[in-house]
Amino acid sequence: MLDTITRYEGRDAVGIDGADEPPVLPCDARGLCFEAGGELLIDHVDLKLGSGAVTVIMGPNGAGKTILVRLLHGMLEPSAGEILWGGRTLCEETRKRQAMVFQTPVLLRRSVEANIAFALRLHGENGHARCMQTLEEAGLADKARQPARLLSGGERQRLAIARALAADPEVLFLDEATASLDPGSVLAIEETVLSARDRGVKIIFITHDIGQARRLGDDIVFMHQGRIVERAPASEFFEHPASRAARDYLAGRIVL
Amino acid sequence: MQDFGQAFSLAFHLLWTADADLMEIIGLSLRVSLIAMAVSCAIALPIGAALGMSRFRGRGALIILLNAMMGLPPVVVGLCVYLMLSRAGPFGWLGLLYTPTAMIIAQSILITPIIAALSRQVIEDLHGEYAEQFRSMCVPVRTAIATLLWDARYSLLTVALAGFGRAVAEVGAVIIVGGNIDHLTRVMTTAIALETSKGDLALALALGMVLLLIALVINAGVMALRMTATRYSYA
Ligand SMILES: Nc1ncnc2c1ncn2[C@@H]1O[C@H](COP(=O)(O)OP(=O)(O)OP(=O)(O)O)[C@@H](O)[C@H]1O
Ligand SMILES: [Mg+2]
Repeated sequence: MLDTITRYEGRDAVGIDGADEPPVLPCDARGLCFEAGGELLIDHVDLKLGSGAVTVIMGPNGAGKTILVRLLHGMLEPSAGEILWGGRTLCEETRKRQAMVFQTPVLLRRSVEANIAFALRLHGENGHARCMQTLEEAGLADKARQPARLLSGGERQRLAIARALAADPEVLFLDEATASLDPGSVLAIEETVLSARDRGVKIIFITHDIGQARRLGDDIVFMHQGRIVERAPASEFFEHPASRAARDYLAGRIVL
Repeated sequence: MQDFGQAFSLAFHLLWTADADLMEIIGLSLRVSLIAMAVSCAIALPIGAALGMSRFRGRGALIILLNAMMGLPPVVVGLCVYLMLSRAGPFGWLGLLYTPTAMIIAQSILITPIIAALSRQVIEDLHGEYAEQFRSMCVPVRTAIATLLWDARYSLLTVALAGFGRAVAEVGAVIIVGGNIDHLTRVMTTAIALETSKGDLALALALGMVLLLIALVINAGVMALRMTATRYSYA
């Protein structure tokens, strides 16, 4: 089992300002369970996430990837087990330093710029210049005044990611953030994600795209039926998948 | 028929010359109902937002009650306000009976449930859309409420206009608590109700036309708001 990957040194020991903020990472989930409708949807999962690096979560539909990530981010309460971020149970302070991009992004019924401004203001930042800089980086500067809900699917996704990054998070969850995007948009988003990683942001990326997992992933978490059946560095996972489920998945067979 | 034609031309004359009495009545009507709308919004929007955003036991019952209160009979509201404000009533010492304030109170009671119930639906829908994102971003409750109210402003404005429309066209409550006193509490609806029976058809007709016009303007306004909001995809 591979617990810490140190290829990319994140900002681990101290917070971003070097202030007395306790560290967010590592994340340590133990015996995590989630039950709904009498079914155990997450079944005793143990997972450690070190700082830096991109962790890609893969697995067939219904494996529990979305639920796991929601549990880690504190969107759902586990029915058993505990999650520690930086050695402490998940609290508001920690959650504020994380961001999540949903598969179908929810944008405010406002202009593109106002969507970014909203996220910035939550973190006590203000200013048109900062907004425009963020939009510039996302390639959306020329659409700043347009209503966010009129953007195309790919542009919405880019805006959602830009908004998530605007808050300068230390952990970024992306749930199939590039599903249904054209190849160019996919690459643009991947670039954004990689440059965030290079700044030391911990990325947890759910995807079904094997090529993308190879391009982005430093390590792969493979889930099946609510359990983590495999965790390995990307190269190892793709060369020699250890479990039958992962082999089937990678070969494009229905995973049973 | 002679009467009728005469009344019509007289009504137009009153409107055309902006007859002082007519204008006074229209002015008071608008003032009373606009203030009632503002008061109701101040009370009903927070209630609507709170109900639309929260989950608690008894919420369903509260919503049913609120929806039922949308159909409060104006005369009953008028009667209740009358009892409260009459000299023998608990608020008799305020001396508000037969004043515009009494009419504002009655109309506010009448339309507060309407605005609360309709805005509850609006806020609940938008909250359903935003809730996950807000939770992920750790948006404080106050910010969340403000954001929902602001982003739903077009829909909420149409809700407020619906309340105003109901208030300005209502007669049962204001006639009881206002009394249709000339130059003091005479509004469009009470004037129509009472002047018709007294035979002053011209004034009644002129006021009737103004009321229709107001209804028309309100509906056009609602329509224009909806179209703007949809066009810019803000609603
Ligand atoms: N609230 C819930 N109540 C009952 N079952 C649920 C609930 N939420 C999710 N599930 C079920 O849990 C399972 C895992 O869901 P999850 O969304 O985590 O899958 P996933 O791995 O993200 O799949 P996909 O690749 O299709 O997105 C699914 O079978 C789903 O139907
Ligand atoms: Mg999913």
